[in-house]
Amino acid sequence: MQILIQFAFIISAALFIFGLKQLGSPATARRGNMISSTGMLIAIVAALMDQGIVDYQYILLGFIIGGAIGAAAARMVAMTSMPEMVALFNGFGGMASLLVGWAALSPSATTFTLVTIVLSILIGGLTFTGSLIAWGKLSETIGSGAVMFVGQQVVNSVIVLGILGGAVMFCLQPDQVHWLYLVVGLSLLFGIMAVIPIGGADMPVVISLLNSYSGLAACAAGFAVDNNILIVAGSLVGASGIILTQIMCKAMNRSLANVLFSGFGSGKVETTEVEGEIKPITVEDAYYVLEAATNVAIVPGYGMAVAQAQHVVKELCELMEQNGAEVNFGIHPVAGRMPGHMNVLLAEADVPYDQLLEMDDINPRMENVDVAIIIGANDVVNPAAREVESSPIYGMPVINVDQARTVFVLKRSMASGFAGIENPLFYKDNTRMLFGDAKESIGGLVREFGT
Amino acid sequence: MIPAEVFLTFILMLSIFLGFELINKVPATLHTPLMSGANAISGITVVGAVGLAGTGQQDLANWLGAAAVALASINVVGGYLVTDRMLAMFKKKEN
Repeated sequence: MQILIQFAFIISAALFIFGLKQLGSPATARRGNMISSTGMLIAIVAALMDQGIVDYQYILLGFIIGGAIGAAAARMVAMTSMPEMVALFNGFGGMASLLVGWAALSPSATTFTLVTIVLSILIGGLTFTGSLIAWGKLSETIGSGAVMFVGQQVVNSVIVLGILGGAVMFCLQPDQVHWLYLVVGLSLLFGIMAVIPIGGADMPVVISLLNSYSGLAACAAGFAVDNNILIVAGSLVGASGIILTQIMCKAMNRSLANVLFSGFGSGKVETTEVEGEIKPITVEDAYYVLEAATNVAIVPGYGMAVAQAQHVVKELCELMEQNGAEVNFGIHPVAGRMPGHMNVLLAEADVPYDQLLEMDDINPRMENVDVAIIIGANDVVNPAAREVESSPIYGMPVINVDQARTVFVLKRSMASGFAGIENPLFYKDNTRMLFGDAKESIGGLVREFGT
Repeated sequence: MIPAEVFLTFILMLSIFLGFELINKVPATLHTPLMSGANAISGITVVGAVGLAGTGQQDLANWLGAAAVALASINVVGGYLVTDRMLAMFKKKEN
């Protein structure tokens, strides 16, 4: 029986790998997800066949409670709230691994097992509380700014030393349960301390990293309970999260260490003198310009998600296409609050994915664009990243919308972006500001096209 | 006889490299579904948890295992369903 279970795990590992491979293209991605879920089903059924299981009632209870919550959440979550949901799920995964690591503790455990138990508790615990803080920041339940205080480094160092000391003592004296509690408590505390100094705009990096940790925690739990499939699946998730983290950091031209520790956006930013003046435009005038345009680029940011403007954007896009214009979307890798956030919102509004261009694809075309429409994006289109060497975001790759003939910036007010950096784009000769709620402004343009 | 720890670490090393190769090819458009799909896969902890929740011992480990089953099930069920919901929305341009 045991050997059959192990073979079933091999099959499910193969299905996970094949499923992830299929996730590499939008055309096959849905099938890939199905394949991956089949792998999961096989793994769970196989695990239930284990002869060590004599009592199914708690397992069933867990399945029912967890499954019901998961299904309800998946059904009800709004696409704009995906970052929050993914953050929460990362946390649940981490907590599950912490509990499994803890429960794996037995008097007969070897030192190797004890070390892996500590690792699953540490990674799982910090993933849990870190994700809860990330969730709080994303949903604005708590302030989304970076929290820095005097002596933060010292406090964090003490926590890390405490974890290390507690971990060593636990491995030496596994029967002394207070060392275990110390490690659990400090790991949970460390997750909080690690995420509070990170500002809202850096959340794409944090979510990716916590995603990776939730996988690594599963991996450590796999070592603790001696289970191959946990190690394989956990490390696949771990690798995936690390790659996304890298992509996000690269898109901001910052190192991971800078994102995690610098408290970006919390300090005062020196204001650079920007020359030029703000030129507002009315919806009506904007319509006349758009009506004459043959090539339009739309660059969305987090503001589009906040305003829930994706559906009316799609409407405007269709009207402009009927008017003979070519319309493309330029998506910056860190636009929004998680990797791919804008793509999902636009997919929800039925924008075909081949109309969504990545930054490197849209930038060479920018000179031929008649009108670039910026919807709730700021830092990712800031030309200061190219031109102003003293700017904190200097060197970050941005979408060069200022090279388009005309730029419309849809914005509520003149407040600066999350990074708190002045944006010279707003003062350029070819820029017009369309102030107001993005959804209403675009709705206004749609009505103008209709008449 | 090679000790089990070495085997497991070997598996870990290979899976991490495999993971890097697989995920590197995923386009930016699919990064959100990739994350929620990865979330679902990290619910694999449920496989380890059922063994602990089903011992019938009524001890602490049993309760911890049962709680882990519930938490990991949220990930598995919620993760796969929401990923499917998102991917169903991705459409190619009709000509």
